[in-house]
Amino acid sequence: MERTKEQEVELTGNETRLRELLVQGLSGNTAAYHRFLKALSAHLRAYFKKRLFQRPDEVEDLVQETLLAVHNQRHTYHSDQPLTAWVYAIARYKLIDLLRARASREALTDPLDNELEVFATSDTDAAEARKDLNQLLAGLPDRQRLPIVHVKLEGLTVVEAAQVTGMSEAAIKVGVHRGLKALAAKIRGTP
Amino acid sequence: MKTDDLISLLATSAAPVSANAVGRRFAVALSCGFPIAVLLMAVTFGVRADLAQAMGGWILWLKLAFAGGLALAGFMATERLARPGMRLGGVRAALVAPVLVLWLIAATVLIAAAPAQRADLILGDTWKTCAFNIALISLPLFAASLWAMKGLAPTRLALAGASAGLLAGALGTLVYALHCPESGAPFVAIWYVLGIAMPTLTGALLGPRVLRW
Repeated sequence: MERTKEQEVELTGNETRLRELLVQGLSGNTAAYHRFLKALSAHLRAYFKKRLFQRPDEVEDLVQETLLAVHNQRHTYHSDQPLTAWVYAIARYKLIDLLRARASREALTDPLDNELEVFATSDTDAAEARKDLNQLLAGLPDRQRLPIVHVKLEGLTVVEAAQVTGMSEAAIKVGVHRGLKALAAKIRGTP
Repeated sequence: MKTDDLISLLATSAAPVSANAVGRRFAVALSCGFPIAVLLMAVTFGVRADLAQAMGGWILWLKLAFAGGLALAGFMATERLARPGMRLGGVRAALVAPVLVLWLIAATVLIAAAPAQRADLILGDTWKTCAFNIALISLPLFAASLWAMKGLAPTRLALAGASAGLLAGALGTLVYALHCPESGAPFVAIWYVLGIAMPTLTGALLGPRVLRW
């Protein structure tokens, strides 16, 4: 009885703390947003690990895909809404999406192949995502890739990135935004 | 790429997000779709010639109140379904209420009418085309509301599609009521509801296909 209470308290504590960070992040505080994503990724990892115990290598993929979805859809969070409900609805949606894709993929493959697959996967890179985002990033057109590389990876300001690439500031902002959306679509599209 | 790198990538210069981005997106979409629907109605069917006269009666207001009420409830449902983890809650009742009230009024009218008039009250002159006309007028609104939904994050895709279709159908009905010459409440109760059901069903079927993200 006491235990349950403790857990509830812990959960509500996280909820309020995470929500505060997200709300600050939504109004432009990137440090708070970074802490939000960092804490969220740990929750997501635990959530997916419990549900994907047969395929640990898919956990990190799904964590990354969900983080990207949370980022791209952050404008759909309603500040009156419990953050837990919002986050887990997204996580669940992405999980179901993966399971459905896997089911239709496995329906096509020979069951014998599946057994061999067990030995084919190695444990060493289990903590790393199989789908390399760098590779996906390389597949984007320059007008989306360059803004992401300069602004998001190298940490330049929009003005600096515009100077480096010769693009307009508006084009840099649009490029980052569309590029991240395209990246999310690419993650979903690759088997 | 490691997850920590991705987090840094996302967090660096994450632009501020406006508080009501969802509502704004629907406002943009519908303020594009609605004038097109009005234009479509005016060009293909024409505003009814006796509109001023009809405004003195109650049937026109019944049509507008029904369509308007349903559109409002449809908007609330659609806006909620566009956000992950949002419950419909009381909106369900708001969706059913306009239809129930309309059916109640229609049943009262039908019972009070002489048996010989009943068929006329139900079928009017345009029963064969009414529902299809409403579906046609709803098309630009249907495209608009699906577009708005597409940029958001629905997690129940069939329901979200149906809700977007219902919103479009109800708004299309609001527009079509300015043309529709019918004056029987039972007519409205059947053919208007069918007309709205068409985009709603289409939305439910299209949702899982086009709303994935």
